[in-house]
Amino acid sequence: MEVPILKQGEVLIATFQAALSDADLEHLRRGLVQQVVRFRSRGVIVDVTAMDVMDSFASRTLREIAHMIRLRGAETVIVGIQPEVAFAMVQLGLTLEGVATALDLEEGLAYLIEKFKNID
Amino acid sequence: MRAGEIRVTINSDQDIVAARQKGRALATELGFSTGDATLIATAISELARNIVSYARKGEMSLKMVHGSSRQGILIIASDSGPGIRDIRQAMRDGFSTSGSLGLGLPGVRRLMDEFEITSEPGQGTIVTVKKWKQ
Amino acid sequence: MSKREITAKDSEARGGPGVEIVRSEAPSELLRELVAHLRQNRTLLREEWVVRISETRLLTAMTKEEIFAEATSVYDSYVEALETEAFEALQAYARNLSERIIPRGVETHEVVGIVLLLRDVLARSLFAKYQTDFKKLNRILDAYEPAANRIANTVAVGFVQERERVIRQQQEAIRELSTPVLQVRERLLILPIIGVIDPQRARQLTEQLLRGIRTNRAKVVVIDITGVAAMDVTVANHLVQTVEASRLLGATVIVTGLSPEIAQTLVTIGVDLGKMNTVGDLQGGIEQAERLLGYKVVTVADPRQS
Repeated sequence: MEVPILKQGEVLIATFQAALSDADLEHLRRGLVQQVVRFRSRGVIVDVTAMDVMDSFASRTLREIAHMIRLRGAETVIVGIQPEVAFAMVQLGLTLEGVATALDLEEGLAYLIEKFKNID
Repeated sequence: MRAGEIRVTINSDQDIVAARQKGRALATELGFSTGDATLIATAISELARNIVSYARKGEMSLKMVHGSSRQGILIIASDSGPGIRDIRQAMRDGFSTSGSLGLGLPGVRRLMDEFEITSEPGQGTIVTVKKWKQ
Repeated sequence: MSKREITAKDSEARGGPGVEIVRSEAPSELLRELVAHLRQNRTLLREEWVVRISETRLLTAMTKEEIFAEATSVYDSYVEALETEAFEALQAYARNLSERIIPRGVETHEVVGIVLLLRDVLARSLFAKYQTDFKKLNRILDAYEPAANRIANTVAVGFVQERERVIRQQQEAIRELSTPVLQVRERLLILPIIGVIDPQRARQLTEQLLRGIRTNRAKVVVIDITGVAAMDVTVANHLVQTVEASRLLGATVIVTGLSPEIAQTLVTIGVDLGKMNTVGDLQGGIEQAERLLGYKVVTVADPRQS
């Protein structure tokens, strides 16, 4: 399944769809990191608005993405987690600790811009 | 209108998605709230995931169930994989925030209302969970 | 499938001296026969039933036309249930019907009453038809009674279930009203929790809060638990989960009004209070929130001092 990755200046925006299999997520992870290197992006927004279920594998993949992107000197922020999904995640103990989160795309961008300012 | 029993063979990670989508559809058809349908779909995803990770192959069964004055959903995840040696240990692991929960069974129990597990090393595992409509 | 009853009876012997072969219909054949009769006499029996309903002064909340309209569909469903024994479909029908008539003020005893009246009306009709053949009447009733009783039961249960659902819905609405999530400033929500929280209410609060965060695009939430007397481990866990879930939606939670007892409970379940944002009281919490949001707290000079 192709996941659109948009480039907006120094930020990459990846919009995850619903019904992504494990293989899809793996593919995505590799693809995103490649793009960060290719474009020398400073930030990545992963939009999971369309994901109606976030299980342990999805959660781990997101954390791995954030980790690998940080190794390349860029910041990741996850946006669009739905209220019901957030509730289910914390019941399972999936808190995405160590990964930045924001409400939506707008907030995610604001977060990254603030972060870039502090780094500069 | 109301499906009898829905069975999903679990063989690959693709089947995990199929199982949880069918689970959500059934939960919605049974009248569960969106929030509860999400909890159910998430539990199914974790149970199916366990089958793929540890047993390679198994089956999920989803169906409506009646209580004394309420309705619910019954989910059975079964496989003939290696089985769990120490069930108590598997159930005791609290959640770590690392996101890798091993079997994630305590989490599944939190998501659902009733939880039962039978497992014998070499004989496979059966996890039975229920959620009642509020 | 016919049963053959062999009884020793001289006078009606047909198969030989001292043996009577009596052919009796199977229950399903009998049911088919009585269902056919009830269908043939539908108009008559339904009318009689409606008369009995008004005689016993049931369904006073409904007009004659309404009663007649509902009576027709109830009669047909009743007879169909006798025929098909599809009681689940009947229960769904009963819940459906209940959904319509409960808002009209119809009560449980009325619904049970009218179903029993229908049962009686139909039974009397069967008495009348088979009165000359007592044995047959008995067999007909053997087939009719268990089915009719099951129908009465099913309809009553369906009605009660629907009533209970309505009541639960109303309770839910009341609970939601009594635990408001307040937006006091842009991007800031306050959730004052008062009284006793059971796990169900705690869960409902969490769901309400998360929805509120999304709707109001809140960046900071102040959860005030000054009014909470005690908190058991389950509810304390819920509080922690609420904080964690809020963060997933990009909101920071400040917990205010933490009593020493509750702080102890949290520590017991392994919460690192150092990681949780806690402030003594609500006022302090709001100020902290405003700082987080970038509002400058300015002290206005007292105009009286000049």
